[in-house]
Parts: sequence; structure tokens; C-alpha cells
Amino acid sequence: MTDRIEKSIAIAAPVERVWRALTDHEEFGTWFRVKLDGPFVPGEVSLGRITHPGYEHLKWEARVVAMEAPHLFAFTWHPYAVDPDRDYSADPQTRVEFRLEPDGGGTNLTVVESGFDSIPAERRDEALRMNTGGWEAQVKNVKAHAER
Amino acid sequence: MPSAEAAAPLFAALADPTRLALLKRLADGGARPIVALASGSALTRQAVSKHLAVLSGVGLVARRRKGRETLYALRPERLAEARAWLDEVEAQWEDALGRLKAHVENP
Repeated sequence: MTDRIEKSIAIAAPVERVWRALTDHEEFGTWFRVKLDGPFVPGEVSLGRITHPGYEHLKWEARVVAMEAPHLFAFTWHPYAVDPDRDYSADPQTRVEFRLEPDGGGTNLTVVESGFDSIPAERRDEALRMNTGGWEAQVKNVKAHAER
Repeated sequence: MPSAEAAAPLFAALADPTRLALLKRLADGGARPIVALASGSALTRQAVSKHLAVLSGVGLVARRRKGRETLYALRPERLAEARAWLDEVEAQWEDALGRLKAHVENP
């Protein structure tokens, strides 16, 4: 049941350095291309404006859910929030996790974004028991059928 | 993210175990009436009908008449669009991680 994106990258810098680039709101803003109003605080909502060329009209809004230095930084947000005039508060949220692992003098950084189909974990288990598979499994089923 | 507005309702429709189960039953490509989709499940025909309306509303399921029956069939191309949107999100993360890497490696 794949409703997640997982990407890893090897960075030639110590974990502490990468941690700072992730969790210092100004440093985060530099590479993520967002101007944040203030520091990240666990449990609190972070607000700002996207600075990525072509997307400057968009607001940044995320809730910091984990800051476990220097291994885990996580927030939830609305991945489809592209219309600045719409209220997305009732829409599905995804969870973005940054996981840091020391590797020699460098860092293995993994980002996981999950929850695109927005089924809460407890209901997901139920769905699996019902042997429903996920929507992506359906794509494969149909493809297999079509190619038969 | 040009297709995000189109993707959001798709994911919302997929975000339900009952609807996933219905898609699963339609995944062999066959067209079925509501009564066939409700049989063997704990769902009433009314409940199935409601979920099918959500699925056909976003184009995941096609409806057609056959005599006095209405048949429902999966539209796999819509599922493929959801996958394409995820690929796009993935590419954006790749770009962002590349910028992060450059940021910390080249101060």
C-alpha cells in the first residue's frame, strides 16, 4: 500500500550541520524557498510565504509535530493547498519526516511524505484486514488485467 | 504544481476504505450493478450507491445504462493521474534536497 514518497540523499556534512539547516527557520527557508514568520516550535503552527519562483502567491502553513535533535524533524501540512483563497483546514494532511543518520563524517538524509490517501493508521489496518489493498494496487491490478 | 487542484479531490475520494474496497471489486475491469457490488459486504445498496456517486464524481468510476440496470466500471486512467501527481511531488522533493545539499556543502 504505497501512499508515500521516500527520498534519500547523502550529504557531505555532519549530522549537526544538516540538523541546523533543517530546523533553523531561516536556513530552512533558504533551500526550501519559503520566508517563515518565526522559528519552528514543536506542536505549533509555522506560517510564512513561499518564495519559490512562480509560487510566491502561496502561503506556507505547517504544524511541527516532532523535533528530536538531531535525528527526526517532522511536520504536517496540506500538500494540495495551491489556491490562496480557499480554506484547506478540513482537507487531508500529509506528514513530512526528515530522518538523519550519521554516515562516517557525513549524513544520510531521508525525507518521507506520507498520508496522501489520508486513511488514519487505525482505519488503514482495518482496510488491510479487509484485503482491500491500496489505490496504487488497483492501478497494478487493472494494468495486469489490461495486459492479459 | 499544475495538476494539484485536480489531484486533491481524487485523493479525497480514495481516502476511504469502503471506496477502496469497491475499486478493488471493479479492478478486474468488469462492469457491475450496485446489487453485485453490495453482495457479500456489510453495506446496504444505499451506502454503496452513495460511495459510487463519490467515485464517479471524480471520474474514478464510469456509469452506463444497460437496459433497466446501471453498471459501474473502474476508470484506471484516473488512478494513473493520481500516480503521476505523486511522481511530480517526488521530483519536487528531489529538487529541494539537492538545494539543501548544496546549501550545507558549499557555505
